[in-house]
Amino acid sequence: MTKIAFVRKKEIPPSAPPITEVGLIGWLRQNLFSSWLNSILTVLSVYFIVIILWDFIPWAYGGHWNTKSLRECLDLDPDVACFSVLTARWKQLLFGLYPAEEYWRPTLTFIFLLLAIVPILFPKFFRFFWFSIIYPGLAVWLLWGGSFWSISIVYIGLTLGALFFLTLIRRYLKNYMIAAILAFLFTAVFFLFISNPLVGLLNAILPFSLPFVESLKMGGFTLSLIVGVTGIVASFPIGILLALGRQSNLPVIKMICVGFIEFIRGVPLITLLFVASVLLNYFLPPGTNFDIVLRVVIMVTLFSAAYMAEVIRGGLAGLPLGQHEASASLGLTYWQSQQLIIMPQALKISIPGIVNTFIGLFKDTTLVSIISLRDPVGLASTIRADQKWNGIYWELYVAIGLMFFIFCWGMSQYSQYLERKLKTDK
Amino acid sequence: MKKLFLGVLTTLALAAGGTFAGTLDDVKARGNLLCGVSTGAPGFATVDDSGKDVGFDVDYCRALAAAIFGDPMAVKFVGLTSAVRFTALAAGEVDILARNTTWTYSRDTDLKQTFLGVNYYDGQGFMVKKELGVKSTTELDGATVCIQVGTTTELNLADYFKENGMSYEPVPTADNAESQQQYLAGACDTYTTDASALHGTRVNLENPDDHLVLPEIISKEPLGPLVRHGDDNWADIGRWVLNALVIAEEKGITKANIDSWKDTKDAEIHRLLGTGDDDILAMVGLPKNAMYNAIKAGGNYGEIFENNLGATSGINIERGVNASWTKGGILYSPPFR
Repeated sequence: MTKIAFVRKKEIPPSAPPITEVGLIGWLRQNLFSSWLNSILTVLSVYFIVIILWDFIPWAYGGHWNTKSLRECLDLDPDVACFSVLTARWKQLLFGLYPAEEYWRPTLTFIFLLLAIVPILFPKFFRFFWFSIIYPGLAVWLLWGGSFWSISIVYIGLTLGALFFLTLIRRYLKNYMIAAILAFLFTAVFFLFISNPLVGLLNAILPFSLPFVESLKMGGFTLSLIVGVTGIVASFPIGILLALGRQSNLPVIKMICVGFIEFIRGVPLITLLFVASVLLNYFLPPGTNFDIVLRVVIMVTLFSAAYMAEVIRGGLAGLPLGQHEASASLGLTYWQSQQLIIMPQALKISIPGIVNTFIGLFKDTTLVSIISLRDPVGLASTIRADQKWNGIYWELYVAIGLMFFIFCWGMSQYSQYLERKLKTDK
Repeated sequence: MKKLFLGVLTTLALAAGGTFAGTLDDVKARGNLLCGVSTGAPGFATVDDSGKDVGFDVDYCRALAAAIFGDPMAVKFVGLTSAVRFTALAAGEVDILARNTTWTYSRDTDLKQTFLGVNYYDGQGFMVKKELGVKSTTELDGATVCIQVGTTTELNLADYFKENGMSYEPVPTADNAESQQQYLAGACDTYTTDASALHGTRVNLENPDDHLVLPEIISKEPLGPLVRHGDDNWADIGRWVLNALVIAEEKGITKANIDSWKDTKDAEIHRLLGTGDDDILAMVGLPKNAMYNAIKAGGNYGEIFENNLGATSGINIERGVNASWTKGGILYSPPFR
């Protein structure tokens, strides 16, 4: 009797995984048909997607692009889209009523915008941050026009003020507070007494200006971007300060911040917009021309800053108290610890909430159509009031929706990139 | 509460407005007229493909600007939604509001505004499919009606059917766009809104000839330009520019033939065009040929109507009650004397 225990000498060559687990079938099983419920949902979804596309694709694909009016579209083929309205009006949807010969200005402003946000979004380009600093002034000058010097004087004044402050600190004074007050007075004197004659002088020596375009002419996506981007950029730092103020130990600062946040959050944005467009006029002296776009931007910024403050406060609350204590024990001052320890962590936690607020703000800019500004949604009704296009709905709204989608989707993609990049707890 | 609030606002505005010189002086000093129009009302105000302001209300403001400055382009159009129109006027953001606004008692008195007259008699109408075989609103007993909720048209509809002892079933919609979609989808037999809007909508339906706007008008919607209380001279100017356009049509003065009236025996035409000896327009502070310029800007009332609402515009609204009184309408201007 030989007692043979089976001992395998060689490793079995790995066999291919079952066909139901890999490739297309495997993917389908895992992702779409992993259970009865999922299978039913998949089938239903496919059904709905197909019936929507079944109508949408022929409608959009066969659409007319070159007719002169909706009537002409209908006479040719009433069952397909009449995109001619976009052919005729795309410039208005992008630029509003901006003078046609000046279209290069908002276009250039937009290109510069893309360049200016790169150093902020991607740290390896941070050496170009100076462009992001001069961009706001450049954008205002390009969009509204007027003398180049009357915008650059703002930069000149602020730079002089900063230099004055630094010189005081380095050479003469040790006290930051007094130096700041003196620098502030210096800047105020500059803007009150010196800037105007200086602008006049510069204009006389080297006249350099663009034709003035009034806010009444701003509209379309240019307006959405003006309001949205300014609101986003300005509300972020204000939000941080409000969040810090709300956690402050100083009762006055805390009360002001809490009062502001709760007041603004307690009021719908449309109410604030009505205040900006209608009520402010009653309280300002007659004849004051307080630019409507500026008024709206301020209101939108304040609104979004209040929300931003709460999002960031959430991030601050998410940090263990030990982080504060550790930074204090290292001997860091309040601002140093905020800058080096607290904020980098708190902001990282808050990224989804922050981007959420940004996207919400950008979409909320369409509300300005209610107070008569001609943003894309407002323009859609203006366009429909032209008898040539009276009765067109889908084509316009699909186009407007698509453009908003591109911007909001871009923001969301960036936030996901940022989250992956900053992920430290692997 | 709302009324009280508006009242307070208007009082504030008046207190602020009291410090103004006359509106005419302000306008002259500024060099252009600020005219509040709709952000989009078919035929009345919109921008065309090239970005130019066009429309019935727009042309009235151009005539007014021409009367003041001799230049129909010396006007800035401020698009206003119905939500902000009255406050914009009261706060002085615009000099005049020509925004297809219905003249009502409370708007005239409570909101402290002065209506300058009626430039368009609108009213609520009905659109039906021809296949329904209905020729008059009196045959609409038991019909389903698409109606915008929360508007005066809703109240008018209820009143009208009650008065005539008829019943109806409302299909509520949010706006004209939805009414139109519901009506086309067959959710209602008829849909109702202002007749001018019905005509504009009908022309751009797939087959306009399958649809009919019924002849009856069941409500009064007299639309007209308006100004703030407190400057009667300014109100007079606006009113008489409107009247001048109406008189011009009555007398047959058109944009084309306006220069050929120098030898007419009609003294009123001489007074109107400033070709006679007496300069009565100086009384309101306008140049002698102000009305000549106003008519020259966009033609007389009839021409403005044709270009923006009538056959030329593609909206094809009939003159109806908006014809001159000499042609069976109710458009009637006091004498220019």
